[in-house]
Amino acid sequence: MSEEAKVVTKQRVAGRPKLLVRQTAGFVYCPGCHEPITARAIAEVLEEAGMGDRTIGVFDIGCSSFLLGLLDIDAVLTPHGRPPDMATAVKRIYPDNIVFTVQGDGGLLSIGADPLLGALTRAEKITIIMLNNAVYGTTGGQMAPTSLVGQKTTTTPQGRDVIRTGFPTHAAEMISTFKGTAYSARGAFNNPYNYERTRGYIKTAFQKQMDKVGLSFVEILCACPANWRLSPEDSLKWIEEKMLPEFPLGEFKSVDKIE
Amino acid sequence: MGERMFIEGNVAIGWGAATAGCQAFFGYPITPQNEITEWFAREFPKMGRIFVQTQSELGSINMLYGAAATGIRAMTSTSSPGWSLMQETMSDMANAELPCVIVDVQRGGPGAGPIRHAQGDYFQCTRGGGHGDYRNIVLVPASTQECCDLVQLAFYLADKYRNPVLVMSDAIIGRLRETVEVEKIEFGSLPDKEWAVKGKANHRDGKRRLVEHGGDLFARYPSYRALLQSLEQKIKQMQESELRYEAYKTEEAELILIAHGYTARVAKEAVNMARAEGIKAGLIRLITAWPFPCQIIREKAYQGCGFLVVEDCLGQVVEDVRSAVEGRTEVHLVSILDRHIPTDGGMILPDKVFDKIKEIQ
Ligand SMILES: Cc1ncc(C[n+]2csc(CCOP(=O)(O)OP(=O)(O)O)c2C)c(N)n1
Ligand code: SF4
Ligand SMILES: [Mg+2]
Repeated sequence: MSEEAKVVTKQRVAGRPKLLVRQTAGFVYCPGCHEPITARAIAEVLEEAGMGDRTIGVFDIGCSSFLLGLLDIDAVLTPHGRPPDMATAVKRIYPDNIVFTVQGDGGLLSIGADPLLGALTRAEKITIIMLNNAVYGTTGGQMAPTSLVGQKTTTTPQGRDVIRTGFPTHAAEMISTFKGTAYSARGAFNNPYNYERTRGYIKTAFQKQMDKVGLSFVEILCACPANWRLSPEDSLKWIEEKMLPEFPLGEFKSVDKIE
Repeated sequence: MGERMFIEGNVAIGWGAATAGCQAFFGYPITPQNEITEWFAREFPKMGRIFVQTQSELGSINMLYGAAATGIRAMTSTSSPGWSLMQETMSDMANAELPCVIVDVQRGGPGAGPIRHAQGDYFQCTRGGGHGDYRNIVLVPASTQECCDLVQLAFYLADKYRNPVLVMSDAIIGRLRETVEVEKIEFGSLPDKEWAVKGKANHRDGKRRLVEHGGDLFARYPSYRALLQSLEQKIKQMQESELRYEAYKTEEAELILIAHGYTARVAKEAVNMARAEGIKAGLIRLITAWPFPCQIIREKAYQGCGFLVVEDCLGQVVEDVRSAVEGRTEVHLVSILDRHIPTDGGMILPDKVFDKIKEIQ
């Protein structure tokens, strides 16, 4: 390992990206929650690209909205489910800025299906980052489109039943089928290796946007210990044993030109 | 002198917006406002400005939110059902204090209703439309020229108050072809949009900007109460400074008609018919549906003047007039039920209003 690489690695492990806002008034996320890790990954990628002051973040209502307070970039908070609409407008006005959204699985796939489909159809040059925690986190752990079959939530107390409530939605796979999609990947934060990998996905997604290819998308599996009623440690196991078989990690589409 | 054109009200909206420096338009097809969206689709790309055909009115209003957050002048237009869809974000924009312009070319209701004219969105427009405490200035054109001019005013007022402004048109004014002089109106200077989101590199101080509509967590006010106090202050200022109406032959009038949009033209005709027969009738035409001219109506009521509201719905403005007169005088109504034929093509015509005037006398 070169000296330079060692310094970078050390900073990445122990240091903090400048774009990450120091929390003074108490940290709002629950212990063991993976959502705030997204902020770190985004901050690292933007800092590396030197794009922090030319980036606008669009945040959904949901636990993802707390990322607003973690990233030192210009930002917009949207009504629930609408980030791709806002991002569409902002990107068209500032085509040389990075414009990305952060949204929950409920926010993107359920209430926000209309703006998602609209943005995909128009091949908007934006990046959508979806945090998949298999529940509606903010509102107390109700069933989300991504909830696993059999998963107990507050609105599926007997477990998600396919006859009445269907099957989990696979966002990264679905989005990869659109012609307007430049990039679609699924990552996770359940171990350092997957963190690095997911950070790489975010980097590629932003690069596709800067190259003005098409819509880029990253789904991230995130632990929600509070609503899974599991310890942070058991949540990691749950991701490994339950979520990964349903939601495999990897890149589902990556092109340099949409056609 | 501006350019003279023989155009429809809906098209005049487009020219007015372009003249006011509108940079982006977002629209979804709905009758009877399609001419507006199609105008922007045709003209804006030629001007190097932004046009997006959205996937729904939810898309329109939320793209408008995004555009307004960057500080540019932007607008959307729709008709009644689409306007209903937009309400959540209207409320969010009032909280976030985003200036923008929304045009509602009203059609019949409730429900999908007829796609022809009506004036049943009055309550929804003048009470904000969405949840929570807020108001929007509501401008009501009664001619094609006013479509062009009031849209320009709407952009100015939106920036002045950092608040959405509505232009409430109707299918008849929207499709009415008249000669219009498209001329830029100067309203005075406005403060810089220091608050707008542009990417930190575009701010003089290099500090981040945040556009939000949440609670205390990331709020730009010290507390929820401080936000509400500020909104209340804004509502009062708009009420005090932005009331607009046309008083036609109201001096010494014994009966004053109250109307807006297409029915104001009908009412004016009826006032002329009455005057020709020596009946002392006058007209207050609402140019702002909100703020509402309570004061003048109350004064006239205390002088013993009667009122006749002419509106193409079951009766909404009439409730505001009744509240303004404080029981001092009678308030009569010519409503959608008085149209000349019962089908959705029916209209309130001057004869009918004149008959009512004679009946009251
Ligand atoms: C129009 C509207 N409907 C419902 C809500 C309530 N609500 C807030 S966050 C949320 C769900 C969030 O779930 P998800 O998008 O998965 O994000 P998470 O909190 O799990 O990160 C809901 C339903 C709302 N704010 N607005
Ligand atoms: S509710 Fe879940 S998603 Fe929200 S902060 Fe807590 S652990 Fe994270
Ligand atoms: Mg969720």
